[in-house]
Amino acid sequence: MIDRVLGTRSNGAVVNEPPHFQAPRASGVTAATLEFQHVAKTYAGAGEPAIEDLSLSVAAGEICVLVGPSGCGKTTAMRLVNRMIEMSSGDILLDGHTVRDRNTAELRREIGYAIQQVGLFPHLSVGENIATVPKLLGWPKDRIAARVNELLELIGLNPSDMAGRYPSQLSGGQRQRVGVARALAADPPLMLMDEPFGAIDPITRDRLQNEFLRLQGELRKTVVFVTHDIDEAIKMGDRIAILEKGGVLAQYATPAELLMRPASPFVADFVGADRALKRLALQRVRDVDLWRAPLAQVGESVAALSGRAREHDLPLVLLVDEVARPLRWLTAEQVAGDTVPEASGTTPFCVDADDILRDALSALLQHGVQYAPVVGPDGAVTGILSLELITQFLGGQAAGDVEEAPAAADRVLPA
Amino acid sequence: MMGLLAAVTIRTRTATCETQNGFCPDWIAKHWTDYLDPMWQHLQLVVVSVAFGFVIGFTLGVMAHRRRWLVGPITGFTGVLYTIPSIALFTLLLPITGFGFRTAVIALTSYTLLIIFRNVVTGLANVPADALEAGRGMGLTQRQRLWRVEVPLALPEIYAGLRIATTTTVGLAALAFFAGAGGLGAQLMTDINFKSNIVLAGGLCVVLAVVLDLVLLGAERLTVRWEFVGR
Amino acid sequence: MMPASITDDFSGALDFIFHQRDAVSGGVRVGGATLLPLLETHIRVTVISMFIACALAIPFALWLGHRGKGQFAAASAANVGRAVPSIAVLVFFSAYLGLGDTNLIFAMVLLAIPPIFTNTYVGIRQVDRDAVDAARGVGMSGPQIVRRVELPLALPLIFGGMRTSTVNVIATATLGPLVGVLTLGDAIINASVYGPEGRLAGAILVAVLAVTAEVAFALLQRAATPRGLKVVRAPRFRAASRTTTVPSVTSAP
Repeated sequence: MIDRVLGTRSNGAVVNEPPHFQAPRASGVTAATLEFQHVAKTYAGAGEPAIEDLSLSVAAGEICVLVGPSGCGKTTAMRLVNRMIEMSSGDILLDGHTVRDRNTAELRREIGYAIQQVGLFPHLSVGENIATVPKLLGWPKDRIAARVNELLELIGLNPSDMAGRYPSQLSGGQRQRVGVARALAADPPLMLMDEPFGAIDPITRDRLQNEFLRLQGELRKTVVFVTHDIDEAIKMGDRIAILEKGGVLAQYATPAELLMRPASPFVADFVGADRALKRLALQRVRDVDLWRAPLAQVGESVAALSGRAREHDLPLVLLVDEVARPLRWLTAEQVAGDTVPEASGTTPFCVDADDILRDALSALLQHGVQYAPVVGPDGAVTGILSLELITQFLGGQAAGDVEEAPAAADRVLPA
Repeated sequence: MMGLLAAVTIRTRTATCETQNGFCPDWIAKHWTDYLDPMWQHLQLVVVSVAFGFVIGFTLGVMAHRRRWLVGPITGFTGVLYTIPSIALFTLLLPITGFGFRTAVIALTSYTLLIIFRNVVTGLANVPADALEAGRGMGLTQRQRLWRVEVPLALPEIYAGLRIATTTTVGLAALAFFAGAGGLGAQLMTDINFKSNIVLAGGLCVVLAVVLDLVLLGAERLTVRWEFVGR
Repeated sequence: MMPASITDDFSGALDFIFHQRDAVSGGVRVGGATLLPLLETHIRVTVISMFIACALAIPFALWLGHRGKGQFAAASAANVGRAVPSIAVLVFFSAYLGLGDTNLIFAMVLLAIPPIFTNTYVGIRQVDRDAVDAARGVGMSGPQIVRRVELPLALPLIFGGMRTSTVNVIATATLGPLVGVLTLGDAIINASVYGPEGRLAGAILVAVLAVTAEVAFALLQRAATPRGLKVVRAPRFRAASRTTTVPSVTSAP
C-alpha cells in the first residue's frame, strides 16, 4: 500500500523525503543540522562527569528526542547546545559551525528555547512575551506585531483576545503554548525543548503533543526534545537517543527500530516489556493489509454471495448501502432466501481507517468482536480488520526485518 | 619615684582622652557598671512591649485568619501606627498618659503590632492545605486544628516576626526618654558630646538586641524541632 | 469621652500650628508661619538623604542580587540596622563631622541604606528563577536581564524598601536639633522654648509628614507594580509587598 511506503504525518504531510534534504522555507530560514562531537561535561566540584563522551548528529528538520532516566545528563546535553552550560571538552556544530566561539547572547537568539517550567515573564503580556526575541533582534514594530499575531494563531489562541493577557491569567496548557510560541518567535532553525509538556495533565499533554507535531509538519524545525517519558519519546521523535548515566549513548535510532531491536538489555528495559504493544501506536489501521470485505446490497442475488464470505474466512457478509457504508452483518438465516433482504438489526461496530492500531485493538477487545469493518473518511468500507491480522502484524514484524517493511521505519502519528 | 611618675602619666593621658571627648577604653572599663540600671530599664521596656504586642498581634492574627476581610483594615491600622515616628508618638501620648514607663510601653507595643500580626497571618495562611485536610479527616475540631496543626506549622514565621519586632523595639526604646521612661537612650543623652558614652550606650543596645535575638532563636530551636532536624 | 484637659491640649496644639505667638522663654515668635522653615528643612534633609541612600544601595544590591551573592550581607544589614539606635549614630558622627546638615545627612543615609539594600536584594532574588533562565535562554545579556526582567519584577519590593527608609529618615530628622539642624523636631526637643502646646504641635506635624510620605509611597508602589502581577492575585500581593523585611532572609541567624 502506498501509505505504508510513504507514511504520513497527522496533517497529511509526506515525510518520507530524506531528512537532509530541505527546501528553503518562505522566510528564508532553513532548519539547521546539529552535531555533538565527543562532548564532555564535568561540573565543578563533581567527581564524575555528567557527560563523558557524547557524539550524535541530528539531521535538519528532524525531532531528536533525548530520553533516559534522571541523572543521565539529557538536560545537560541539551543546555550545552545554547551554552546555558559550557562544555568541558569536545565540540558542538550548528549547521557545521562550532558554537564555542559564538557570542552566547547572539547564539541563544538563534535557538528556540522552551522549558518545562515555561518561565514566562510575569510582568509582560502574552504578546510582549512572544515578542521578546524579535525585540532583542531589533525588528521593526509592525513586523513584530504581525509575527505575534501569526504565532498566536498558529498555536490556536485568538490574538485579539489573548495578546493582552498576562501569564497569571492563563491555564497551564495555554502557558506552555505561549512558551513554545515565544521560542518560535524569531523563526529559529533549531529548537531546544526540555520536557515542554511535562507539567500538564495527560489529556492536555496529549493535545499539545499533537498540536506540536502538526506545527512541526509545517515548520520543519530541527528540534532537540528532552523527556524522561519513553512513550512521549516514541510519539514525538524522528530519532530517539537513549542515554545512560554519564550521558552514555545507549542507542540512537528511529522509534520503530528501537522497539523492534533494542541494542542492549538497558534499552530493552527502558523501552519496557510492552514494547510490542507500543509498536501498535506507530501504525494506523490503513497501513495494515486488511481483509477484503464480503459485501452485499439489498436485492442482490444470494447465489452470487455464497462464495464471498468463505473466500475471506468470514462466516458473514456485510450489508452495505449504495455508497458502501456498512448497514449490518447478515447471518446465514438472513440470506436463506433468493435475494438479500432488508433485514433488521443494528449498525455494526466499525473501525476508522485513520485510527492507530493500538486504539483499534482496544476497541475490538472492548466490543468483544473478532473483526470489524474498516471505514474511510467518507464512511465507505475499505476492508476488514481482525484480531488475527493484528497478531500477524506483530509476529511478522518481530520476526521480519526492517528493510523488507519500510513502513516500520516511518512512523505514523495519531490524529 | 618611678611608680608615681607612671601614675601621673596615665592619669594625664586618661584626662586628655576624656577632655577630647574621645573613645576611652579605660573610662569604659571603669564606668560600664553605671549603665546596668539603664540597661535593665531598657530590657524591661522591650520585654513588656513585645509581650503585649505578641498577645495583641497574635489574637488579631488568629481572628483575621478566620475572617479574611479583617486583614486589610488591621494591616492598614497597624501600618499607620508603625508609620508615626516614635518621638512623635511618645509626645502625642503625653497629654493622655503622662510621662513614664506606661507611655513608652504603649508606644513601643503599637510598633510591634504590624510585624507580629503580619507574620502570624502569613504563617497561618502558608500552612499546607494537605496537613489541614488530614487534620479534618482525623476528626479534629476547628479549635484543635488551630492549636495542633496550624499554629505549630506557623511557628517559624511567628518566631521570625517576634525576632524582627524585638530587635526593632530595642532600637526604638533608645528614644523612650522622650516619654520620660529612661533606658539606654536617657543614659546616652547625659553627655552627647562624649564618644565613650555614645559608643557604650549604643553598643549595649546592639548587644541587648543580639542577646534577645539569640534567646528567641534558642526558644525556636526548642519548640520547632522539626524545622531544625535533618538540616 | 476624653477629659477636657486632653482636648484642650490638642486644640491648643492646633492653634499653635496656625497662629504665631510669643515663645514661653520669651524673645522670639514661635508657631504658625515660623514652622514653615522647620518643615522645609525637614523635607530637604529627608529628600537629600534618600537620594544618596538609593544611589548607593540600589545599584549595589541589584548587582549582588543578580549574581546571587551576599545573602549573608543582606540578612546582617537588615538585622543590625534595626537594632542600632538612630540617636546613637547621629550624635556619634557629629563628633567627626561637626554640627550641621552634613552630619545629619550622613547619619540618615547610613540608617536609610539597610532597608533599601535588603529589599532590593530580596526583590531580585525572589524573581522566578525559571523566568531568569528563560531570559538567558532567549539570548538576553546580563544587563538586559536586569533591566527587562529582574528590575521590573523587583520594583514593588524596592519601593517598599524606600517607603520604610523614608519613614525612618523622617523620624530621624526629628532629632536634627540635637546636632544643630532645626527641623520640626525643634518644637519637641526644645519644649522650654515652644511650650507644651508647641511640643504637641511638633509631634502632630511630624506624624502627619510621615503618614503622608507613607501614603505617597504606597501609591507609588502600586503604580510600580507591573500589571501582570496585579491581575488575579492583587489583594494578597499587596499585603505581602509591604514587607520591609522578608522573613526568609531576616530569620537567618
